[in-house]
Amino acid sequence: MYDGGKILAGIIIGVILLTFPIWWTHGSAPPRPEVKLPEKEKKCVEEGAYMKRKHMQLLDLWRDSVVRTAKRSYVSYDGRRYDMSLQNTCMSTNCHAKKTEFCDRCHNYTGVVPYCWDCHIPPKEEPQEKAEEMH
Amino acid sequence: MLEKAFVGGRKYWIWMGCLLVFMGAGFLSWLYQFQEGLGVTGMSRDISWGVYIANFTFLVGVAAAAVMVVIPYYIHHYKAFGRITILAEFLGVSAVLMCLLFILVDLGNPVRALNVALHPTPRSILFWDMIVLNGYLFLNIFIGWNVLMAERKGSPPPGWLKPVIYLSIPWAISIHTVTAFLYAGLPGRHFWLTAIMAARFLSSAFAAGPAMLIIFCLIVRKTTRFDPGREQIRTLSGIVTYAMILNVFFFLLECFTAFYSTIPGHMHTIQYLFAGLHGHTGLVPWMWTSAFFWVVSLILLIVPAARRADDVLAVACVSVFIGCWIDKGVGLVIGGFIPNPLEHITEYVATLPEVLITLGVWATGFFVMSALYKVAITVKEETGA
Amino acid sequence: MGVNRRKFLKIAGVSALGAAASPATEALAITPTEWLDKQLEGFSIPEFLLHFFHKPAGSQPAEALTATRWAMAVNVRMLDEEIVEACIEACHKIHNVPHIKNPKREIKWLWHDEYEHVFPGQENEYIDENLQKLPFLVLCNHCFNPPCCRVCPTKATFKRKSDGVVMMDMHRCIGCRFCMAACPFGARSFNWVDPRKYIKEEEQNPEYPTRTKGVVEKCQFCAERLAKGQMPACVEVAQEICKRKGKEPALVFGDLDDPNSEVRQVLRSHYSIRRKPELGTQPNVYYIV
Repeated sequence: MYDGGKILAGIIIGVILLTFPIWWTHGSAPPRPEVKLPEKEKKCVEEGAYMKRKHMQLLDLWRDSVVRTAKRSYVSYDGRRYDMSLQNTCMSTNCHAKKTEFCDRCHNYTGVVPYCWDCHIPPKEEPQEKAEEMH
Repeated sequence: MLEKAFVGGRKYWIWMGCLLVFMGAGFLSWLYQFQEGLGVTGMSRDISWGVYIANFTFLVGVAAAAVMVVIPYYIHHYKAFGRITILAEFLGVSAVLMCLLFILVDLGNPVRALNVALHPTPRSILFWDMIVLNGYLFLNIFIGWNVLMAERKGSPPPGWLKPVIYLSIPWAISIHTVTAFLYAGLPGRHFWLTAIMAARFLSSAFAAGPAMLIIFCLIVRKTTRFDPGREQIRTLSGIVTYAMILNVFFFLLECFTAFYSTIPGHMHTIQYLFAGLHGHTGLVPWMWTSAFFWVVSLILLIVPAARRADDVLAVACVSVFIGCWIDKGVGLVIGGFIPNPLEHITEYVATLPEVLITLGVWATGFFVMSALYKVAITVKEETGA
Repeated sequence: MGVNRRKFLKIAGVSALGAAASPATEALAITPTEWLDKQLEGFSIPEFLLHFFHKPAGSQPAEALTATRWAMAVNVRMLDEEIVEACIEACHKIHNVPHIKNPKREIKWLWHDEYEHVFPGQENEYIDENLQKLPFLVLCNHCFNPPCCRVCPTKATFKRKSDGVVMMDMHRCIGCRFCMAACPFGARSFNWVDPRKYIKEEEQNPEYPTRTKGVVEKCQFCAERLAKGQMPACVEVAQEICKRKGKEPALVFGDLDDPNSEVRQVLRSHYSIRRKPELGTQPNVYYIV
């Protein structure tokens, strides 16, 4: 092989770099995130499995419906009526009021940084829970 | 053919290196602006468009000017221009690229730039601007590259290229008309709300663009073995002369309407630009400098002996460039915002990050143009043109 | 022969459809564009496609105030410093409008200015001195024919079909500031810097978002309050203070298309002017002078 030594060396280095995440963590993964569900409310605006996969699409739909068509009243799968608002419905005191114990847990694990909270104000949390956000 | 841009002498690499330095500085400044927001510029609530859009407006004109070489050659069969159409087209490519970059750096939310395509709004002129600018960029790259390839092979360009070239002619006029429409349809800005806006834009474009082309041709003659040709430069200078006369004439028409009617809305901006308004005189020195360069350029262009001497012509073209840049960029865009809709005056001064980003975009344009010119000139030198 | 019969049947079928279509559309009393609009539920085609695989959107809440053309009348003679400051304070507070001292970067949804600046086309050197010194409240006029909406390349600012409010979609705005150039009234502000640095945390209204840098914002006729059955904040505050002072309300809000609304009544009984009517934008904010 022409320049065989260099090519082989390059392949070996490439394989080492590509498999870095596997051998660096000794084949084990960090623990799965545990989200703290709200205590009082047991039912969301949609079913849990659906929300897990599609909460962002739902929020997009809510946003366009509220801002662009003035329709902000939503009927959930179990017939209840909600105001379509991230701050005032999703993150109300009875529901997902603690961003660090719910939203951030999965987002941090998957490395997702949604910029929702550049504008939308998350509910205030106590300082000791805020410290967890620093991780 | 692009490999020809990677082969060059010392001067070429020093030039490209300097451009890269400016591009780097501009990029770093833009990162700073992206992080902190457009507040690092000198723009304000009243002057919401500044030096970025000013340069964009000027450069759309320069991009359109390629048509001033294409029309005589392809429609009127003025054979002489066949020598330099590629230079004009590549100048157009670089200019349009700079336009698109200036728009991108001016956006408050550049990550959402694709929204213009995702939510097409035919009633918005900015939507059409995006279409015509991108189309023109593509057209010129496509046409220029194919014409050059054919020249390199020593054969005439392929037949299917002709309709594409014919398309590029009205397209070139359209890019500048659409850009003029950005301004000419806004009900609240009296300085811009005039039918002659598109005509003024086109005339200053056809003065400044070919003037820049002449300067680049003279530089090419000095630094390479390719001579664009005496007759070509002479014809171009004739075009610049007529366009410049029209440009100044149109401006004087505006002045007449404003000052003979004495309608405050029409007069105020011109007063601010040339004499100051309510004690605000920030742009007065700029505008009189522009006027001075316009007069110098007119004299040097109209007097035949001056126009025919290449050195004097170069001075005239630089004067056209400076005069038109100030008038179109600074005067037109900034002036349109003064006074504001409530008749208050806020002035505008570009900040350092803004200037660095602007220079970075210009350097990018020159970089692309230099590379493309290197390719074109090398081909011409090889085929013994 | 077969072709002829086929052709005959085709023509007969189409004619029958055509004959049926006319009474059908009359029965529906709706044009094709209106029908399409209804199917799209108020969204545009690209928006509808984006949400194609999801449940239909919501509905208007029962308690919402509805109108087809919201408008405001400013009874200028009732304005004074206290009312004007209170209105501005209320508006900016509940909408988390940052307080930026540098006038070049300031953001204002509602502010005040003098007669000669608010009505530059109505120059009057010898105007009544009271009027000359009055703080005229200035805001977005929510024009019926808004040039800002015409120029927005992404429809981030748009006139809402249901009630005529000129809205801002902060999620879509690319910050090109074309709307700011187009507005003949200077009603729009741009976030040149991160606004959160200029809002004190304890003064934040947690029920309404802030904005980020890079988007344009302006008054939206308190659309979120209208949805809850409340008047816009400035109107409510002005009416409260005027009641306390025994004055006629300084701000009147209502549906221009409803001949019995408060705003129509007050416009019927007083002379009013609008800002720059000659531009054809048809502002919906009237000034009773």
